[in-house]
Amino acid sequence: MPQTQPLFLARRSYRRRRMMDAVRLLPFFGTVLLLLPLLWRPAETPEPDTARGVIYLFTTWVVLIIAALVLSRGLAPGLLDAEEPVSPGPETEPHNGAG
Amino acid sequence: MPFNILVAVSLTYVAVLFGVAFVAERRAIGGRAGWLRLPLVYTLSLSIYCTAWTFYGAVGYAARSGLEFLTIYLGPTLVFVGWWWVLRKLVRIGRAQRVTSIADLISSRYGKSNFLGVVVTVIAVLAATPYIALQLQSVTLSFGVFASDTPEGWAVPDQGATALWVAAGLALFTILFGTRNLDANERHHGIVMAIAVEAVVKLIALLAVGLFVVWGVAGGVADILARIDASPIADWELKPGRWAGLTFVSAAAILTLPRMFQVMVVENADERHVATASWAFPLYLMLMSLFVVPIAVVGLSIMPEGSNPDLFVLTIPLSQGAGKLALLAFLGGFSSATSMVIVAAIALSTMVSNHIVTPLWLALRVGSARAPGDVRGLVLMSRRLSIAAVLALGYTYYHLSGGSAALASIGLISFVGVAQVLPAMMGGIYWRGATHVGAAMGLITGFAIWLYCLFLPSFGPNGLLSARLIAEGPFGIDWLRPHALFGITGLDPLLHALLWSMLLNTGAFLIGSLSSFPGPMERLQGVAFVNIFDQSSGPGSWTRSAAEAEDLLSMSQRILGAEEAQRFFQAQATAQGKAGLLPDPTPDFIARLERQLAGSVGAATSHAMIAQLSGGTTVSVQDLIAVAGEAQQIKEYSAQLEAKSEELARTARALREANEKLTELSVQKDGFLSQISHELRTPMTSIRAFSEILMESDLPEDMRAKYAGIIHDETRRLTRLLDDLLDLSVLENRKVQLNIGVANLHDILNKAIVAASNTRPERMFVVQRDASTEHMPVFTDTDRLLQVFINVISNARKYCDAERAVLRIEVKKRGGQAQIDFIDNGSGIPKKVQALIFEKFARLTDTSHAGGAGLGLAICREIMANLGGSIEYLPGQGGAAFRVRLPLKLSA
Repeated sequence: MPQTQPLFLARRSYRRRRMMDAVRLLPFFGTVLLLLPLLWRPAETPEPDTARGVIYLFTTWVVLIIAALVLSRGLAPGLLDAEEPVSPGPETEPHNGAG
Repeated sequence: MPFNILVAVSLTYVAVLFGVAFVAERRAIGGRAGWLRLPLVYTLSLSIYCTAWTFYGAVGYAARSGLEFLTIYLGPTLVFVGWWWVLRKLVRIGRAQRVTSIADLISSRYGKSNFLGVVVTVIAVLAATPYIALQLQSVTLSFGVFASDTPEGWAVPDQGATALWVAAGLALFTILFGTRNLDANERHHGIVMAIAVEAVVKLIALLAVGLFVVWGVAGGVADILARIDASPIADWELKPGRWAGLTFVSAAAILTLPRMFQVMVVENADERHVATASWAFPLYLMLMSLFVVPIAVVGLSIMPEGSNPDLFVLTIPLSQGAGKLALLAFLGGFSSATSMVIVAAIALSTMVSNHIVTPLWLALRVGSARAPGDVRGLVLMSRRLSIAAVLALGYTYYHLSGGSAALASIGLISFVGVAQVLPAMMGGIYWRGATHVGAAMGLITGFAIWLYCLFLPSFGPNGLLSARLIAEGPFGIDWLRPHALFGITGLDPLLHALLWSMLLNTGAFLIGSLSSFPGPMERLQGVAFVNIFDQSSGPGSWTRSAAEAEDLLSMSQRILGAEEAQRFFQAQATAQGKAGLLPDPTPDFIARLERQLAGSVGAATSHAMIAQLSGGTTVSVQDLIAVAGEAQQIKEYSAQLEAKSEELARTARALREANEKLTELSVQKDGFLSQISHELRTPMTSIRAFSEILMESDLPEDMRAKYAGIIHDETRRLTRLLDDLLDLSVLENRKVQLNIGVANLHDILNKAIVAASNTRPERMFVVQRDASTEHMPVFTDTDRLLQVFINVISNARKYCDAERAVLRIEVKKRGGQAQIDFIDNGSGIPKKVQALIFEKFARLTDTSHAGGAGLGLAICREIMANLGGSIEYLPGQGGAAFRVRLPLKLSA
């Protein structure tokens, strides 16, 4: 319903929308990072680099955790009324599709 | 350490847990659940994902396959940081629909189909079996570590007996906790609190061992990193298929494992806790994994060749003489195993009792919801038996598999098994087109492949499948080998089973869904699940409520417990504005009650129970068809009525016309009577007058002759008039004697034209004929026919008002009939009197004087009727036109 949706959002709800986008993208981002080791072939490198692999994987893990922490801090308070209008205008959520 | 002390420590630990659970339960009942509902407790309860597999098995896994063990924790991490997609929706659905288990979720989504509930339950129970065996094995092994270390020779029972004791103890503990009450929300505050405590214990234990290994045994972080690259682990080979496949299967498992579903969705108290868990749970997993590689590396370097790497967490501290740390590690492992077994057993027993035992009991005792008998007791008893049975199955698996395999490889069998629920679940919450046929096909396909390719072969060669079958396929069919389906070899068995089961499962699910049609209830539930964020009220409301509130109360008391049920009814009654205990059974109330009951016995069962009491008030397809049939009948009936009323209207119109005609006729008749009186009177008057003159004696002869002539003429006129009347009367009564003869129509017309020519002989009158068409023989009363023709032609001569009068005679042969049209070029007959010209006494003009009293056409009509034909006025021919129809051969 394009006519019921405002063209521009208030700054707060705009930020909230972008955080929703970010939290949706986070698992894909994480998947790419965690599948990167597939390209390394650690056993074939002349120098053993398993320790570096450990450091890489745990760093990625910590980055994901911190990203999730920041996003969940931003999203959790409005979670229960996520579908309520945020600005005075009639604003509706583009409902989450498949994933 | 003496075995007795070990047992005593374990029992004390269990008692403490029991105490914690008990206190938490009391606080929850007392409404002081505040700190029980912290997001931290929710996150910690999720840690039952980390079982003895993690605590002991991860180190063994790392020692054998390097960093591959991380995939088991990275998959769930991805699911949790992507909580906005799936977890948020699952939790919302679980709360809105009061889902009690993963089987209930699937059953509820696909039209509250109990069949699907049974299928998911069976998959879940079988898949949990290796997992529970894994826990028994790890606890048994850990007991064994302490036993082998003691020279005092305390009698450690053999492994099998230890496992049996552990299984029995866990069953008892679970029954004591999990089935003390039947909560309407299927929430277990006590259990959740206990596993949160256990989560802390196992995390502290593993971190303590890790810190001890890094800084106590090795020389800090740099040393450990160097040792990693120097150890055999550095030679591990990253297999891309396994890396991606195991990440996927662990991500699937965290959504579909019954115990994870239990703590994640069913025990969830607040949706916002999911947001916290989205980072806190990955953090917990990360911390649990942090020291796994160091422990494995150090263990491989300092422990003797051939020692079981699965037990490094215990054996390293023991070998370094850190007995207390070893005891802490033992408790951590014990916590991991027990918390998993307890929650898994509770979740599985809920599924078994809700989807198998209770429906069976309901089916065996038809109409029993009203009958005496305590459903509560039945449900609790069936759950207790299910818990015992689940643990017994786990023990059996442990016993059959020999209790020697690596822990991680056992656990992965379970993961692939429960992952079979994933397509039906994801399809169910994101795709409205998913149907129960598709879900059943997918689940059964995936389950069968998992069973054949992974579960049954896991008992080893000559276990449940013969070695020959595994090597050569059933009946020697090469492409059906359990580890090389369709001739694809070279994959490792786990990946092989995962690939084929998920591919064919998803394929069957999609094809089944696309080619079947969902029932009404299923479609309602589909909308409710897929569009969960669009709505707040549940579907499937009870449209009619034949259910009596009292019956409902007595049933609910048996399920929810008297106090709980009464409180619920009272609250509903108050909400409806009624005093007392019994609310009106409105559809809204019944829907609420159904959801309330669903919390205790599952959606399908609760729906069936309410349906029994409300007399099957849900609208089935059969009902709909019956309603449609009735509607069709009503429609037909109304169509009939309509037709009848139209017929009535037609009749009424005909009657009105007839009435109008009668009225007009009556007027005509009156007019005629005065006319005929006049007609009769005029000659009578002259006859009387002249006969009086004749009576005078001195009348001259020529005068007498003249007057007598006048009298004679007048009497002839009278006679002719009376003859006509008589003739008409005879014809009307069909008493006329017909002289049938044969004649040429052409000749009859000739005679008629000649005979009619003495009517107004002074007029110029042209007759147009087509002689060639007129030659046809007719069998009829030729004199009467001639009479009709003469009359029609005379009328034309008399009344045609054209300057140059022309009469056209057209003859046609139509079937067995001759059709003779007489058409003149006059002004014709006005429409309003067309219907009257054939009536007796009809006269168009009072000025007419040339013959009879308007009986001519009436006589013609009667003659034609007698001859089996007809005469009618033919409108729209430019002048007066008459059509005479006549059968060529008069039937006698």
